[in-house]
Amino acid sequence: MLSPAESEALLLSLSVAARSVAFNLPFAILVAWLLTRTRFAGRTVFDAFVHLPLVLPPVVVGYLLLVVFGVRGPVGGWLDQTFGIQLAFTSTGAALATAVMSFPLVVRSIRISLEALDRGLEDAARTLGAGPIDRFLSITLPLIAPGILAGAVTAFAAGLGEFGAVITFASNIPGETRTLPLALYTALQTPDGDALAARLALISLSLGFAGLLVAEFLARRLHRTLGR
Amino acid sequence: MLRVQLVKRRGDFTLDVDFCAPMPGITALFGRSGCGKSTVISLIAGLLAPDEARVQIGDDLLVDTTRHLEVDARHRRIGVVFQDARLFPHFSVLDNLRYGARRLPRDAPTPIRFDDVIGMLGLGALTARRPHQLSGGEKQRVALGRALLAQPRLLLLDEPLASLDQARREEVLPYFEKLRDALAIPIVYVSHQFDEVLRLATRVVLLSNGRLLAEGELATVSRHPALREIVGPDAVGAVMQGVVEGTDDAGLTRVRVGDAEFVVDEPASLFPKAMGQRIQIQVLARDVIVAAARPSGLSVRNVVSARVVSVKPDAGRAVLVELDIGRTATLLARITARASEELGLRPDKQVWALIKAVSLRGHVFTAPAR
Repeated sequence: MLSPAESEALLLSLSVAARSVAFNLPFAILVAWLLTRTRFAGRTVFDAFVHLPLVLPPVVVGYLLLVVFGVRGPVGGWLDQTFGIQLAFTSTGAALATAVMSFPLVVRSIRISLEALDRGLEDAARTLGAGPIDRFLSITLPLIAPGILAGAVTAFAAGLGEFGAVITFASNIPGETRTLPLALYTALQTPDGDALAARLALISLSLGFAGLLVAEFLARRLHRTLGR
Repeated sequence: MLRVQLVKRRGDFTLDVDFCAPMPGITALFGRSGCGKSTVISLIAGLLAPDEARVQIGDDLLVDTTRHLEVDARHRRIGVVFQDARLFPHFSVLDNLRYGARRLPRDAPTPIRFDDVIGMLGLGALTARRPHQLSGGEKQRVALGRALLAQPRLLLLDEPLASLDQARREEVLPYFEKLRDALAIPIVYVSHQFDEVLRLATRVVLLSNGRLLAEGELATVSRHPALREIVGPDAVGAVMQGVVEGTDDAGLTRVRVGDAEFVVDEPASLFPKAMGQRIQIQVLARDVIVAAARPSGLSVRNVVSARVVSVKPDAGRAVLVELDIGRTATLLARITARASEELGLRPDKQVWALIKAVSLRGHVFTAPAR
């Protein structure tokens, strides 16, 4: 049904998007928590910094990632020399670029559910003998799960389509960083690539549609378990 | 004995209270909304940091700001029932009930047994449900059970009935009465409804605008002038504590208060359980008639001899007469100033106080079975 190149691009897209979500979630939960529950100097600047990828051109994000995480960049060089990990021009790098782009969306989604959470429930847990980590794991986390799920789904869906940051930071390498949108772009640049481009567009479309349906289904189940 | 001293400043508002609560039994924190009652609860529970405080339960000092001692809320073993129940929506009723119990230290004593709580609060049929499947009254019962199963040494009830309608309140109140008579721990009950206080508490702490106005037995505090500002002139009345003596030939309940005996229109269903038990009766000042001579040919069932203690101006053209009916028992009567003049009421004058039996409702306090 799918040609090897097509299924390669599809699987790579899924893998990059999934890994970007995995990168994202722990940091996004932490940052959302810091932004809703703590007051510290420079909080507004930090808030703006977190939201930067929303307003910057993706190419700029890709370029900044190259500067910092490239083999000659401060973090990238250290990772390369210490662990032999290279991010630029690898699929892990593509996942990182995708994660940075969708980070503000995830933070925003988790933050909204944290703000909506009745803090009285955490107080109640405290009077019942629960410590801070216990309270977070037994009360806060399960109750903001819908927000986390929504954020993860949005990030995953957006991650399937991330183009600018990926191509700048990770380039367009078949089998390594050539995800669906990059494959589609390449097909359009190729003579006689129209049919392939159309097929790839159709795959993207079905994928997005299926993703939305799955998200809706999960959200409903979660709401039932949470009893609302 | 629970001893609480608290100071908390918030902008212009200063909360400054100092009160005690006896070990078993309910102490009511009474005052209108916004007087700082709930803040007191948060401070005792440790959910809010005080500016200055000392909180002691029995021999255990929980907070002493002069010594920089503040036990964390989770180690205080103080059960709290909030106005909005605060059940965990993602847990079943059973898991809610067990939340605190599961977090008890391994060697903690567990005098309050699971089955007893389930039985006493009637939770048996609810355990498999989710909080959103419960009525308001059921939620409060579960919240109460959850607090109890964490083995608290003090129970704080923060307006637990305020968000319920009258029918639900009537449904939950008997559970509080049962609890009060069965538990050996002190209970602090916050309310702005005087009828709840009358029904549940024998001791009252009267708060207004962050200050303590009066503290003591309900019978004493019920005569405090400041209470009138909170409950309104129509709800002013002395609270008397008496003992149930039995029934008269018409089936009315006989109650001894000091030297006087009252008949109260209470259902005979109270008996024989209520015999010899303490009973608390509020006599509304507007329901008391004052007569200069013992009248006859009246339907009124209660005619008691009384001595005028004071006559003070009340709202409008009324005066509030304080009447001594013997052995420190006191009545308040609200009558018109004109009537007072015609009767020549002045301190030490001997009069008769008339109260209809149907104007009286008593609340029985069963002594704990030992």
